[in-house]
Amino acid sequence: MKHLLVIISMFFAGMAMSQSKYEAAMARGLEQFKSAKTVEDMTAASAFFERVGDAEKDKWLPYYYAAYTNYVTAWMNQKADKDKVAVKSNDLITKAEALEPNNSELFCLRQMTATLQMLVDPMSRFQSYGVEASNAVEKAIKADPGNPRSYYLKGQNLMNTPEAYGGGKAVAKKLFEKAAELYKTFQPASPFHPNWGKEENEKLLAACQ
Amino acid sequence: MKKLTILLLIVFAAGWVNAQTKIAGTVKDNRGHIVAGASIQVKGSYDGGVSDSTGHFSFKTFEKGVQIITASNVGYKTVEQNVTIGADALELAFAIKEEISELKAVTVTAGSFEAGDKKRAATVLSSLDVVTTGGANADITAVVKTLPGAQQVGEQEGLFVRGGAGYETKQFIDGTLVNNPYFSSVPDLAQRGRFSPFLFKGTVFSTGGYSALYGQALSSALILESVDIPERSEASASISPIFLGAGLQEVAKDKKSSWGMQYNYTNVAAYFSLVPQSVDYFKVPEYHAADANFRIKTKKGGIIKYYTTFSANQLGIRRPNIDDPNYKNAFGLKNTNWYNNLSWRENLGHGWKMNLGLGYSTDHNDITNQIENQNNLPVTTGRVWIDSTNFMLTTRADLSQFKAVFDKRLSGISVIRFGGEYLYSYNKNAYNNYPSKLVDHFKALFSEADLYITNDLAAKIGARFEQSSLINKANIAPRLSLAYKTGVGGQMSIAFGTFYQKPENTYLTATTNFGYTKATHYIINYIKNTTLQTFRVEAFYKKYEDLVKTYPAYNNSGSGYAKGIELYWRDKKSIQGLDYWISYSYLDTKRDYLNYPNQLQPNFAADHTASLVMKRFIPKINTGFNFTYTYATGRPYYNLIKNGSKYDIADQGKTINYNSLGFSMNYLASLGKAYAVFVASVTNVFNSNQIFGYNYSHDGLRKESITPAAPRFIFLGCFLSWGVDRRQDAINNNL
Repeated sequence: MKHLLVIISMFFAGMAMSQSKYEAAMARGLEQFKSAKTVEDMTAASAFFERVGDAEKDKWLPYYYAAYTNYVTAWMNQKADKDKVAVKSNDLITKAEALEPNNSELFCLRQMTATLQMLVDPMSRFQSYGVEASNAVEKAIKADPGNPRSYYLKGQNLMNTPEAYGGGKAVAKKLFEKAAELYKTFQPASPFHPNWGKEENEKLLAACQ
Repeated sequence: MKKLTILLLIVFAAGWVNAQTKIAGTVKDNRGHIVAGASIQVKGSYDGGVSDSTGHFSFKTFEKGVQIITASNVGYKTVEQNVTIGADALELAFAIKEEISELKAVTVTAGSFEAGDKKRAATVLSSLDVVTTGGANADITAVVKTLPGAQQVGEQEGLFVRGGAGYETKQFIDGTLVNNPYFSSVPDLAQRGRFSPFLFKGTVFSTGGYSALYGQALSSALILESVDIPERSEASASISPIFLGAGLQEVAKDKKSSWGMQYNYTNVAAYFSLVPQSVDYFKVPEYHAADANFRIKTKKGGIIKYYTTFSANQLGIRRPNIDDPNYKNAFGLKNTNWYNNLSWRENLGHGWKMNLGLGYSTDHNDITNQIENQNNLPVTTGRVWIDSTNFMLTTRADLSQFKAVFDKRLSGISVIRFGGEYLYSYNKNAYNNYPSKLVDHFKALFSEADLYITNDLAAKIGARFEQSSLINKANIAPRLSLAYKTGVGGQMSIAFGTFYQKPENTYLTATTNFGYTKATHYIINYIKNTTLQTFRVEAFYKKYEDLVKTYPAYNNSGSGYAKGIELYWRDKKSIQGLDYWISYSYLDTKRDYLNYPNQLQPNFAADHTASLVMKRFIPKINTGFNFTYTYATGRPYYNLIKNGSKYDIADQGKTINYNSLGFSMNYLASLGKAYAVFVASVTNVFNSNQIFGYNYSHDGLRKESITPAAPRFIFLGCFLSWGVDRRQDAINNNL
């Protein structure tokens, strides 16, 4: 009986929470993100998250996803202006950081946008954006040593760095292994918190064998 | 469970669809052009849409009553409209205005090649470019010579730009003038620059029309900006048959400060024993060079940097005497140079910035020329024209300077900049024990404004006032340039400016009764830039006035002109992995200066010059291959002989065309814990005959070509670095 009461009250409490307008919007946004097939769909998802962020004023996750989905558009379109995409994403990350300082996931995003800009011209941008990316990922690790995405992203960059510069598969493999170990137990703080990269990490780990 | 929750939420959200009002419309910019990707939003709600490629948007909202609709986009000012939402669909038109921003605004580029850390600019020359240019042997000047505007002068150091002599180009490090940027001159052999490319994060090669911040250069300014705090601590070593070096660089844990030092020893004896030289070195070139630096970041985000370098070198060369092959000329040189540069860049708040520079350098030469017989013993021939070439010269050139520049940001990104500089130069020479001394207190005040009228139109307006105590004259030099954006990545610029320069000390030693030499530049250019490609075309006209004449009298009665057109194309895109640039310069110039009888094409000016630079790094084998091909048409040469009251052209002609192919490769590897770069480099691969001009005997009957000391220079070396990367340690501890 006691149990039933708890279950019922939990159910109602859960309903009340999940029915909040914000959570509905986040769910809708994530669905839009998952089903996006074109740059337009993805841009629409990003704009939606941005609107949610603007309206909520105290939630960092909408900006996180706005930045993330916008970043993804750079990979959906061969001709995308990577610099422009990165600038837009960085604007959004800045807004998220204002609400949630020192967050590992946001540093991860910073690493991704810096890498994106480095890839425009790796030879000459390695020393500027490459360094920016590695600084960001170190901050991500420092902010939350339990975040698997930091190691996955760091490994990804090192895998594509020449061995002479301290990269290569052997170095990257260690990081992918560390990430894989963390992914096993990783639980996002809520259904809306970042929870991605596990499959990609496994693929890259396999490629390092 | 998670999935179920989301599903429920979606179902719930779907229930909202009724009672929505449609809002549609268009977004354009203030000039009526379509803006795609703009975000439209009912302020304070989640509802909104994005404009498509035709500028249209459409969305539905539950919001009712008086609402604010916003339209925003990156780089535009957000626009709001007050609307009343009822049951009927709304049709809205938005006009959003571009913000003036550094990323979008045109940059004033006439006459200058800007490169370096401006991360988004299509860089023209980075330190990596310098070390990976084939045949340049990591000499900044050699690489700058592959850009349009510079001549291929091989018999003297310096940059000969657009009809200007080498001394008309000045070098600046962190804003302050460098007095002796090259190793001391040796007759007919160009010397390297003193500074390593790795010291600098940015290089601006300005071939004319440059900012009022810089003066005393008639033709060109090479503006070098030193690196801030290095990325990591490291120890380095370099090993090559011609030099050995070691260095240390320490970055504080908080990355707020760093210091470093380095020492290099160069001795080409071993190399010369393997590769024969056209001249006989009785003292093989030998160089000691040491440098040190520190850098401190200040609390407000500024930085204090200090750099010092000391070098000592000597050499002695013996060549046949041109007047009588039974004799030899033995030229000996000893040089010591100490250079110091202290700079402080600071944000003062309220849009103010400050740049202070303090410099001190002292340069000492001990130069001798001795006529010797076949047994290499000093002789007196009894012939005045031969014996008078014996000399002993000691020189001392000190320069102390202070420069202050203040920046104030006006509305938008417009900036006003002003400041002043004071240079105290002290030159003391003794020629065959005849002493001479030149002291100058040189003062300058300057002011300049960067005005951004719109994102598409910018102007740089400035003026410079200078006064030299040595010649006791002042001048005011106005500068003006405009830039207009013609389309995506394309822009036109024009520039105008007046430039003054004191006569060289060589002439001031004879008399200080000189005025400033003067050049007026008119430049028009067009640049089209994309991230990986740059196209640039530039035309210029330069008028020279008041050039130094040494005959019939020492005065400022010389004159001249230079005009031409230059092309530049750099492409990192068309061929995967290949980075190349092509430059071409056409130059038409004449001048009447020194002892020229009338206006002549000077012997340092070729009509056509072209370079092709190619670099390709192949990651699979960790090796980069670099080629540089340079071509220049022949340059004129003259034998001017005094005939009564004037100089006559006793002989003249044009040298053969200049061809040079330089090659280098660099292989990256790890040796134990060290990163290693192996470098192999060859200049003039095809052994092309290179003639830079002719020397004449006193009677003009004999002429000898001026050629490089060896047709080819081969370099092999290995550069090692041990990174002490603290971040790396931090991660390893975490793993």
